[in-house]
Amino acid sequence: MSGHSTYEPKTGFERWLDTRLPIIRFMNDTALDFPTPKNLNYWWTFGGILALMLGIQIVTGIVLAMHYVPHVDYAFNSVERIRRDVNYGWLIQFMHANGASMFFLAVYVHIFRNLYYGSYKAPREVLWILGCVIYLLMIITAFMGYVLPWGQMSFHGAVVITNLIGALPVVGKSITTWLWGGFAVDDPTLNRFFSLHYLMPFVIAGVVILHIWALHVPGNNNPKGVDVKSKADTVPFHPYYTVKDGFAICVFLLMYATFVFYMPDVLGDAINYVKANPLVTPQHIVPEWYLLPFYAILRAVPNKLMGVILMFAAIAVLFILPWLDTSKVRSMRYRPTARLYLGIFFLACLVLGFCGANPPDQPILGHEPSGFMLLDADINSIVWLSRIGALYYFAYFLLVMPILGLTETPLPVPEGISEPVLSHPAAAPTGAAAAPEKRG
Amino acid sequence: MSKMLRKGLALAALGLALIGGQAMAASEADEPRAPSGGWNFDGPFGKFDMAQLQRGYKVYREVCSACHAMDLMYFRNLGQKGGPFYDPKYPNPNDNPYVKSLAKDIQVKDIDNDTGDPVQRPATPADKFPAPFPNEPAARASNGGALPPDLSVISKAREGGPSYIYSLVGLGFNAPVPAGLTVPAGKYFNPYFVGDVSSAWHGKGPAPKGGFISMPPPLAPGKVTFDDKTPSTVQQQAKDVAAFLAWAAEPKQEERKAFGLGAMIYLFLLTVIVYFSYRRIWRNVSH
Repeated sequence: MSGHSTYEPKTGFERWLDTRLPIIRFMNDTALDFPTPKNLNYWWTFGGILALMLGIQIVTGIVLAMHYVPHVDYAFNSVERIRRDVNYGWLIQFMHANGASMFFLAVYVHIFRNLYYGSYKAPREVLWILGCVIYLLMIITAFMGYVLPWGQMSFHGAVVITNLIGALPVVGKSITTWLWGGFAVDDPTLNRFFSLHYLMPFVIAGVVILHIWALHVPGNNNPKGVDVKSKADTVPFHPYYTVKDGFAICVFLLMYATFVFYMPDVLGDAINYVKANPLVTPQHIVPEWYLLPFYAILRAVPNKLMGVILMFAAIAVLFILPWLDTSKVRSMRYRPTARLYLGIFFLACLVLGFCGANPPDQPILGHEPSGFMLLDADINSIVWLSRIGALYYFAYFLLVMPILGLTETPLPVPEGISEPVLSHPAAAPTGAAAAPEKRG
Repeated sequence: MSKMLRKGLALAALGLALIGGQAMAASEADEPRAPSGGWNFDGPFGKFDMAQLQRGYKVYREVCSACHAMDLMYFRNLGQKGGPFYDPKYPNPNDNPYVKSLAKDIQVKDIDNDTGDPVQRPATPADKFPAPFPNEPAARASNGGALPPDLSVISKAREGGPSYIYSLVGLGFNAPVPAGLTVPAGKYFNPYFVGDVSSAWHGKGPAPKGGFISMPPPLAPGKVTFDDKTPSTVQQQAKDVAAFLAWAAEPKQEERKAFGLGAMIYLFLLTVIVYFSYRRIWRNVSH
């Protein structure tokens, strides 16, 4: 789809520049005339929303860094000073803190859209892997950013997570000490987290450029999951998708603004308004909402090292997803059974999130444990619920995806974006279903 | 719960065994209650009642400040826009004569410029609220080992916010101690204080919700005389100081809401315009 350029330099300067650095041609071909399937729905607007959120986080972050003091004695108060004494500091700080949540909300929608419409499948594997890299970098960045206000949860969250590295055999302890810059989470840790928190977004921006590059080689997937056949299937990105993305961005900003202006603290933990105190451990140490499912997987395993491995595996498994899914049909519009399993997967993620937010031995039903111990924990406890959730999480990727693609009978897939399903002879209502290996 | 589980959990998530061991053992408190009529600063259009903030400041100054610091507060904050003593005639709160006189009554530590000796001098609006104790050990020593928390952002640092503060100091101490509960010496039972009283419980049924707090009942009828003749009941004092602390936790929250209204209207109009542009641009595309 990319390749041919529609750009024609109009002025003398443009012609001069075009033979030296064809940057206007590049911008034109990637952001204006780029042919885009005409049937993209609103789930496809989250890429633009994510680009905007990255921009907002970088801009607000740069301003915050002008006022923030990365020192254990001053960090907490400097954040409060930004809110109290810096002109519009409250706005910038709340935008940044809530922006992280909005960023993750958008990335989760973006990921689930991929899972539903099979956008990770050939020829978009590299595009998907780059997306996974961005997601991993986002998690690392958000974690370090959460440490910076130096509240109770910042500090103790940092202690818990950095200690996980210590579970590695032989080298664990040395690596942890190296990460901390000392023998505990302290001033050197805060300083390096600040430095890296400032660096990472630019690394993300770099990978985003690769992500967009990898998108522009095969072009967008679309809700039907079939390849673009002709120019009639596409519209130029501008103005068609700039305006559609623009509308979605406005709606998203309305929601974002509701949080920033009317409930800026609702997504955070009250205890992070208490200055970090290494000697007082909060009763419940929980990460921000967007990391709760991984936290639940970590706690589901009785062995610390195995828990850490499984938690990282939960993200690592995403990288090999294109090769785990054996179905050649991209869009789940034509895979009703797969749709059901994906629905349960979504539910499992929510359940894991719930488990991550609650203490492990809290009963699920009623207020009392059942009294029946299954192996090491009461059957009526968060531990077992998170184990069921974690089991399904991995089973979905490692069992459902490979097996279902080979065994299911997908619905007839349309030949092209512009043609309806029934116009195709193979899809005549005689019950002749498309073979699973038939490429949509 | 078995020892094995405890050990397993400790390994699984470090330090989380603490949660595991205590989560079921109560740590519950009564749901904080807002005063009747709610808070007038609640909601997207809520605003602080200036008279209430002034009364609340008086309660803090005459009662709470004996033990509790407010490290993030400066006297000038009292006269800034949205503050208890804001006067439009003095956009710079440092010039506000009322704030100046409030500050002057308080002594703060300083260094004598000529001799370098530590001295006491009357505060100015540019000064911080002075802390009642020089350091944490001193604060603990004067309070039976307990540390009175800093109140600057306490309203954000506790679940329930101002309603929690109101319930704790305005309602909780009036609640009768349940029969069968042995209150340790130097402690006070408060149903709104998060804690675990099960080890001191000898009555029937489950232990009552609440905890033992080291702070003696701080308020009493008539303890603070309000300049605006508002009857000085315990609940009134509690309500007013909770409102003051809610303001102090984020002095710019009125500005935030006002700015938000403009931003929401702007975004809404923009959304409508972009939506119709979208419909117009796409009108000839079948998709």
